[in-house]
Amino acid sequence: MSINNEFRPKIVAFCCNWCSYAGADLAGSSRLAYPADVKIIRVPCSCRVNPMFILRAFEKGADGVILCGCHPGDCHYSTGNYYARRRMTLLFSMLDYMGVENGRTRVEWVSAAEGVKFSTTMNEFVEKIRSLGENVRLGDLRCKN
Amino acid sequence: MQRIGVFVCHCGSNIAATVDVKKVVEMVLLEPGVVHAEDYQYMCSEAGQAKIGAAIADKKLTGIVVCSCSPRMHEATFRKCAERYGLNPYMVEIANIREHCSWIHKDMQEATEKAVILARAAIAKVNLNAPLQAGESRVTKRALVIGGGIAGIQTALDIADAGYEVDIVEKTPSIGGRMSQLDKTFPTLDCSACILTPKMVDAAGHPNINIYTYSEVEKVSGFVGDFTVDIRKKARSVDATKCTGCGVCQEKCPSKKTPSEFNRGLGNRSAIYTPFAQAIPNVPVIDREACLKFKTGKCGVCEKVCQAGAIDYAQQDEIITEKYGAIVVATGFDTIKLDQYDEYAYNQSKDVITSLELERIMNAAGPTKGHLERLSDGKAPKEIVFVQCVGSRCSDDRGKPYCSKICCMYTAKHAMLIRDKYPDVNVTVFYIDVRTPGKNFDEFYRRAVEEYGVNYIKGQVGKVAPQPDGSLLVQASDLLDNKQIKMKADMVVLATAIEPNQGVRNIATMLTASIDTNNFLTEAHPKLRPVESPTAGVFLSGVCQGPKDIPETVAQAGAAAVKVIGLLAKDKLTTNPCTAKPDELLCNGCGNCAKVCPYGAITYEVRQVNDHGIREDRRLANVNSALCQGCGACTVTCPSGAMDLQGFSNRQLIAEVDAICR
Amino acid sequence: MQELKNRAIELLENGTVARVLGWKIGENTYDPEPAFFDSVEAMKDFVYNNFCAANLSKYMIEASKLEGKTLVCLKPCDSYSFNQLVSDHRVDREKAYIIGVGCKGKLSIEQIKKSGVKGILSVTDSDPIQVETLYGNKELPYTAGMLSRCFSCKGKEHVVYDELIGESAETSTVDRFDEVRRIEAMTPEEKFAFFQAELSKCIRCNACRNVCPACNCRKCVFDGNKFDSAQKANVDSFEEKMFHIIRAFHVAGRCTDCGECSRVCPQGIPLHLFNRKFIKDINTLYGEYQAGADPEAKGPLTSFTTEDAEPSIVSKGGIV
Repeated sequence: MSINNEFRPKIVAFCCNWCSYAGADLAGSSRLAYPADVKIIRVPCSCRVNPMFILRAFEKGADGVILCGCHPGDCHYSTGNYYARRRMTLLFSMLDYMGVENGRTRVEWVSAAEGVKFSTTMNEFVEKIRSLGENVRLGDLRCKN
Repeated sequence: MQRIGVFVCHCGSNIAATVDVKKVVEMVLLEPGVVHAEDYQYMCSEAGQAKIGAAIADKKLTGIVVCSCSPRMHEATFRKCAERYGLNPYMVEIANIREHCSWIHKDMQEATEKAVILARAAIAKVNLNAPLQAGESRVTKRALVIGGGIAGIQTALDIADAGYEVDIVEKTPSIGGRMSQLDKTFPTLDCSACILTPKMVDAAGHPNINIYTYSEVEKVSGFVGDFTVDIRKKARSVDATKCTGCGVCQEKCPSKKTPSEFNRGLGNRSAIYTPFAQAIPNVPVIDREACLKFKTGKCGVCEKVCQAGAIDYAQQDEIITEKYGAIVVATGFDTIKLDQYDEYAYNQSKDVITSLELERIMNAAGPTKGHLERLSDGKAPKEIVFVQCVGSRCSDDRGKPYCSKICCMYTAKHAMLIRDKYPDVNVTVFYIDVRTPGKNFDEFYRRAVEEYGVNYIKGQVGKVAPQPDGSLLVQASDLLDNKQIKMKADMVVLATAIEPNQGVRNIATMLTASIDTNNFLTEAHPKLRPVESPTAGVFLSGVCQGPKDIPETVAQAGAAAVKVIGLLAKDKLTTNPCTAKPDELLCNGCGNCAKVCPYGAITYEVRQVNDHGIREDRRLANVNSALCQGCGACTVTCPSGAMDLQGFSNRQLIAEVDAICR
Repeated sequence: MQELKNRAIELLENGTVARVLGWKIGENTYDPEPAFFDSVEAMKDFVYNNFCAANLSKYMIEASKLEGKTLVCLKPCDSYSFNQLVSDHRVDREKAYIIGVGCKGKLSIEQIKKSGVKGILSVTDSDPIQVETLYGNKELPYTAGMLSRCFSCKGKEHVVYDELIGESAETSTVDRFDEVRRIEAMTPEEKFAFFQAELSKCIRCNACRNVCPACNCRKCVFDGNKFDSAQKANVDSFEEKMFHIIRAFHVAGRCTDCGECSRVCPQGIPLHLFNRKFIKDINTLYGEYQAGADPEAKGPLTSFTTEDAEPSIVSKGGIV
């Protein structure tokens, strides 16, 4: 997607309903801008995010995927983000191992009170993805040479 | 294919000023399944909702997408609206084009483009929505309180006063708990027994309260509204229906060498005993390990002296099974063991005591009848040193990382009481910080310093060494004057850290209630749901949740009671339909989902399935939808994809991903 | 071998077991196949030699559904897979009579061929290996024909068995994570080129999935529509690209590193490198964990500590 040939990344942000989605709402009501490239998908908890969803997003052309959840210890369901943390650490490490730029994936813990953090994080992430450019590798892992 | 209606809200100018709502309407009409789209100034208003209703009827809509503010704001509104007009409420999805779009973007083209994409994602999701029915489960109008201290008593009284039946299960022979061991209470210095015992009597006499002392919870099954609990009523060896509480048996009992738990081991009790004079019930128990009759078969004195014929050596443990709608944990605390703190010579000297032991010594009913004296030689101490933070705020694993919260205040109390009663005794307190946040707390502490002349020294005690002359040499640092102090003391009192009662871990496991690394029960939300456990129907009262003093405990006990009352007042519970649901043909029965479920909602059973004509007995996961809170942890753990979350299914979320990345 | 066969026949005859799960003699010494034997008569084709590399534990899923006990021959490394299947509730320990068979490292004809021997007519499973070829007889050291996985063997102890027959030998000479470390040390471009080259060979024959004891789902997610991932006709589809990553993730924490995936891959893709990366990361971050060592253990992905590393560790130099 490009406007005036400028690279506009596709970014999927999974946000847990209780903390990060509310943090994004707060960013909105505080009018804390971040680029429109970020599209949020609401999930009940960060532990609902299957690594398959993330790979799917990349395969469908996403340039970056970020997962936001409650801070460790604050999960609405007590333990969900702890499982998410292990899963995402291993997934990200695997992608890195396969040569996919590790800046394309990120996990950030954002509470319902952290509108500023949400906005800052998204600005940073978009900046990072813009610097990495279009995602070729994950969409291209098994293409025959 | 669904027949979807899309409703784009202007939110006055909140959305419409940045998002071209007409363009959104135009674009979403191109999406598969969309048969209707319109925009309106305030979709959430009566008129807006009426438009949705009209479209449901006219266009025979099966699904609705509202492009508006956050679902956290109005999802419930639009779901109710759909329901009112005959559509299943879970066929509604919200595209958040206000907080996540119009409010953060300035460029209209950009914001409009994004709004369309967010709408597409919601449309893609609603295409895969299925009507969900909120389930109902019944509520047993009876509560269980585990623990009969002040927390449990207060919770039980409040619930009972609201008209519901409550059972208290208390491990020891009497209710009363820690508070019954205290002498006076801060900051008012009223006598603990004077304020506690009336409550104990109230609880015992309340028509709605039933107390099981000398009993423990053995098994818990079921879920919110419908728990089944097995209570083991340990054999008392005394028939409570016959015992008159005369106390003769205790007087005559020849075995009197058992350290009294109530007096923290500072005095002895008989083998047949009530822990203290005001015990409720006033029915003794026989400690079978100390009783000569049980140990040797010879004795039987108590049976002989009991006029009422209440002694029953053959009594057996009894299992009582009862149903409850709610369970309150009020298991309280104990002080930590001091085995690893040799530097304070607690195990070497009888004159080094814990603060709780001091409470017993100061108490008129205690081992010294309230006389302040050294336990080694009975002499009156002239120099007393208090050591703060023994095992609290501790960075190594000998103690606890947290502040025990009550020590600063009770030490000020002890110091003040001693100076008041024995003005010739010098009192020195070594502290790291003095923490007195609480109503009238700092004033209380300052009185100890200013009016009673208690000597507070900021610094840690490094060593307490018993001297040949019977005194104690205290070595400490004075951090403010930056000097080392060596002083002689006749008595050293350790403000020992408190920790949750030992049995709480087992109870938490039975309740599937979560517990933190310090064994405190975890609250459902640390700020907003502080008296509820994350496990529905389980509530927290008192120190089992975290260190607190008596007023806080009583306040929390009342709060827990209110939550219980709120639950028991309902005839039926509506369950969240967005729960996990396994596909029985895909389920491996591997057991991983139950391992990650924080609510113990998943069990396994062997069931016959018909897998495309093959009938087979298989081990399959079962989700109890009354317990499931819909986090989805299980869905990702499931290797076969059998476990899915209704309302946030794999296919729905993937459809959203696809719509966004398209 | 004879002792094992005699004992199996004895157990069949006395009714302890209803059938034997072992290997059936092939055309050559080097191609024995997994097989069930349900009579003493059938046992004439039973063989156990140094080419019996296949891990039989997964066959116990089906055998667990049958009447009576099944005698299963498990090598030390197979016994981990068996335990993991027990912990996944996919096999019934009570339905198995396990003979832990000795293993001195397994041979593979592919490996012998790779060592440069051409025109093979017959081979022995002895040490050294005697090879008869069109061009005369050759003698190869045992290790020249040994499966690469055996050079990083988990050890000669069986973690579960009813009885043991035969000697095992320690064959481990290299650290199993050496290959993983070699890749970790590459630049992102090199890593990507390496995996793209390897994965491009994949023909999606599913041999890895079918042989894998951890891939024990009744129905694979790749064969269902739960994730909208079954679009066989579309070569560009999701599963085609992500299959191996997802498969490795699905077995992470349950993979015992038996190495069957790489052994059976007709394209020679070193698939174990995915699993080993997960195992290495798990060991580094969450403490040493060997799937199958203890069937009661909680797996690393179904447990956590509050102090676990953050995912950002990956971008801060990776997990090494």
